[in-house]
Amino acid sequence: MKIGVITFPGTLDDVDAVRAARYADAEAVSLWHADSDLHGVDAVIVPGGFSYGDYLRCGAIARFAPVMSSVIDAAKGGMPVLGICNGFQILCEAGLLPGALVRNKKLHFVCRDQWLRVENNSTAWTSRYEAGAEVLIPLKSGEGGYVADQSTLDQLEGEGRVVFRYVGENPNGSRDDIAGVCSANGRVVGLMPHPEHAIDALTGPSDDGLGMFYSAVDSLISA
Amino acid sequence: MARVVVDVMPKPEILDPQGQAVAGALPRLGFTGVTSVRQGKHFELEVDDSVDDETLAKIAEGFLANPVIEEWIVRRIS
Repeated sequence: MKIGVITFPGTLDDVDAVRAARYADAEAVSLWHADSDLHGVDAVIVPGGFSYGDYLRCGAIARFAPVMSSVIDAAKGGMPVLGICNGFQILCEAGLLPGALVRNKKLHFVCRDQWLRVENNSTAWTSRYEAGAEVLIPLKSGEGGYVADQSTLDQLEGEGRVVFRYVGENPNGSRDDIAGVCSANGRVVGLMPHPEHAIDALTGPSDDGLGMFYSAVDSLISA
Repeated sequence: MARVVVDVMPKPEILDPQGQAVAGALPRLGFTGVTSVRQGKHFELEVDDSVDDETLAKIAEGFLANPVIEEWIVRRIS
């Protein structure tokens, strides 16, 4: 079971994402932004950081990297893809997920351990969670406010495509407290908080994030 | 050669905390009477004669602006 992790110029969290994949008993494969070859991976993680310095808009330039053309094609074929933080922004820019991420409502960069509620446990990345489970995952972002037009929000709610919601005070002004969403087929998931930083109580606030990576492995085995 | 300007602004319904922060600072600097500020981006492109309006529209819509959150205007100024 191979999970690819993309590195762009300015990516920060690829190493932790690789570690998380290994914790879930997957083989982690490093993918380079300039190489369109996905090297036979079964799933892809687009990790966090500041790809291309966040120039223009977060994710706007990374979205056109050679590797992303292959990821977009693979996602359309049903490959599980997870975008974390900057990766979520990239997947939105790429059109694999609806909506966009904008500057936090109060402008401050937010860095804290954040409770989330699992709203949809039928995606390729959340099947290990109980529906309605609350998980503690680090959030660290300056442009994490999720926005979409009202018809898109209504559609996401109606189709159960809000995957995670912030519990307690909304940290960034996201519409409807949305922390993560998924594609119509539930294979592509994006979220602002960082499950790869919460896979071991030694190095994170919990190991609540590990379930996302185990879920992907489960979905690949059952596929 | 021609100069093209592309102005990109957040849609009216999108919260613009940067513009709000600028608006909030003005009274502290002694400037009163500014009731609202919105902040956007201004691009200046030098293009040769092979770049037609259709191409410019694609550049603006597909890259310089994000249609989910932004509006844009493309102008040839010379």
